[in-house]
Amino acid sequence: MIYREAGQFKSTYASDQAVFPIRQDRIVVGLAVAAAVIAVPLVANEYWLQAVLIPFLIYSLAALGLNLLTGYAGQVSLGTGGFMAVGAYTTFKLTSAFPRLSVLLAFLLAGLVTALVGLAFGLPSLRIKGFYLAVATLAAQFFLLWLFNKVDWFTDYASSGTITAPPRTVAGIMVTGPAATAPVRYLTALAFVAVFALVAKNLVRGRVGRSWMAIRDRDIAAEIIGVRPLRTKLLAFTISSFFCGVAGAEYVFLYLGGAETLAFDINVSFLVLFMVIIGGLGSILGSFLGAAFIVMVPIFLTNVPHLLGLALPVALQKQIELMVFGGLIILFLIVEPHGLARLWQITKEKLRLWPFPY
Amino acid sequence: MLDVLYGVLVGPVKDMAGSPAFLAEVVIGGLAAGLMYSLVALGFVLIYKASGVFNFAQGVMVLFAALTLVGLMERGAPLVLALLLTMAVMGALAFAIERVVLRPLVNQEQIILFMATIGLNFFLEGFGELVWGSNVKKLDVGIPDSSFMVWGVQVNRLELTAAITAAVLVAVMALSIGIPLNTIWIVVWSAAGLVAIVAGIMWGAKSGVQFSLSLIALKALPVLILGGFTSVPGAIVGGLIIGVGEKLAEVYWGPLVGGAIENWFAYVLALAFLLVRPQGLFGERIIERV
Repeated sequence: MIYREAGQFKSTYASDQAVFPIRQDRIVVGLAVAAAVIAVPLVANEYWLQAVLIPFLIYSLAALGLNLLTGYAGQVSLGTGGFMAVGAYTTFKLTSAFPRLSVLLAFLLAGLVTALVGLAFGLPSLRIKGFYLAVATLAAQFFLLWLFNKVDWFTDYASSGTITAPPRTVAGIMVTGPAATAPVRYLTALAFVAVFALVAKNLVRGRVGRSWMAIRDRDIAAEIIGVRPLRTKLLAFTISSFFCGVAGAEYVFLYLGGAETLAFDINVSFLVLFMVIIGGLGSILGSFLGAAFIVMVPIFLTNVPHLLGLALPVALQKQIELMVFGGLIILFLIVEPHGLARLWQITKEKLRLWPFPY
Repeated sequence: MLDVLYGVLVGPVKDMAGSPAFLAEVVIGGLAAGLMYSLVALGFVLIYKASGVFNFAQGVMVLFAALTLVGLMERGAPLVLALLLTMAVMGALAFAIERVVLRPLVNQEQIILFMATIGLNFFLEGFGELVWGSNVKKLDVGIPDSSFMVWGVQVNRLELTAAITAAVLVAVMALSIGIPLNTIWIVVWSAAGLVAIVAGIMWGAKSGVQFSLSLIALKALPVLILGGFTSVPGAIVGGLIIGVGEKLAEVYWGPLVGGAIENWFAYVLALAFLLVRPQGLFGERIIERV
């Protein structure tokens, strides 16, 4: 950055191991969080919160989860949508079976259930790798959605087959359901994603994250130096599914308000994978950048013709959107295969020397 | 408990033995569907074998080929001319993909190339509909579709597939001696395009040319893991196994759990198989070293 770490000496282990070792970084992050908590709910209107910020936060959480699994542990998964559905349906069952249960607790419990499901579907990763594993995770995607579709118990025998977010309060404030205001839902999602991002950041810098990366980079070598593949891979699947489960619960309870299994179809899995790859594999920041990019692009594409005063037929516009979206993804991969996070890193390196590069 | 076991293990077998004619019908239906999966899987295998790219856009290439063919025929081109033009279009497409997408991404990790083909998937989907329209079209190239005639056509399809494959493989092998990588890529992508045309005609004649055609790519994936990513015979045999297996499961075991298990059964079958043989039925043995 324009500022440097010069003069900031580390005299304790704690300061040496801080998440943000440079003081200016801490200030910037602090300001950003403060802005997100205080300024955004005051300034942003209903549309921005509902259509942009809430999905962005929820997708960020899902992308974080997938990034732990794919970016750090190297296990490609196409089952994200299925795991998110587990989170959503579990939360629905929990809130309808225990009306007095705090909905925030229900989110976390749903995460735990999803973690167990993820553990089960992670078992094949011990035998198979790479694209074989990616395709195998599709089994999770299709099987789980089929299960939620077929077994009426999951939807409380609703004839429409949909689950809806029941009205629930936390400390007297309506958090889910039709009466919950957008700022409240936004702040709830923000709180979850902030806490989990911190958890993820600390996971990947510690022993767990390092063993994940060892498995990712060369699993046989990792095994020889004493990283246990069984535990490491299953842990990655479990924790990743936990994140995805919470994200899925939020997806229905804080964003959509009601959904059927269609909301979690294979496209969701691909979307989250796009976020991770465009944002940057193996980067916490990248998960957020990727989510922002993928959420913003379709909104941008929908609104540009309006701004230019063009009235395109709906079908044509959808086709152009698809083409531009696909083209952008290819373009991005060509320009920077390591994602937005790497671009940001390069920019920072450049700024260190600015304005006197040598 | 015993009832459940009986229902799962004995009942369906008794049903099968009870009416062999119906069983044969189900199996033939499964083979017909399976061959379609094989055709799509074949496109995957060709590209994967030659360039290590897992081409997710194969399903959309099938759709695109069928759309082009139907579109040309609707504009009055006779079948043969339309077919030739479609081939030319698929060749041009392969060339464009090589130039625009693959060449800049040479030496990137496999997952990056995989994502690029998903991007390609979106692009082609939009492009095809933009050019040819998105309504369901009927493709009529004179293939009879009655259930027992299927068997006769079946053989023809197999021969056709085998012939294309053989030609392609010979070409690829001949070219791979001292020929630049880029040329090979164009060749295999064109070949995959040809296979896509065949698959597009077959599917299109059966159920009309529509968007759902591109979704058969998802059905070809378990075929791939069953047969192995790098094996042409694997793709064909795997497709047939998956096709028959999923039809049998749907008809005889489906009612036990409420039906519609076709969507995931193939994946579970392939998964169970992978646990025993991680490289698939005919895949190259995976040898790893540090």
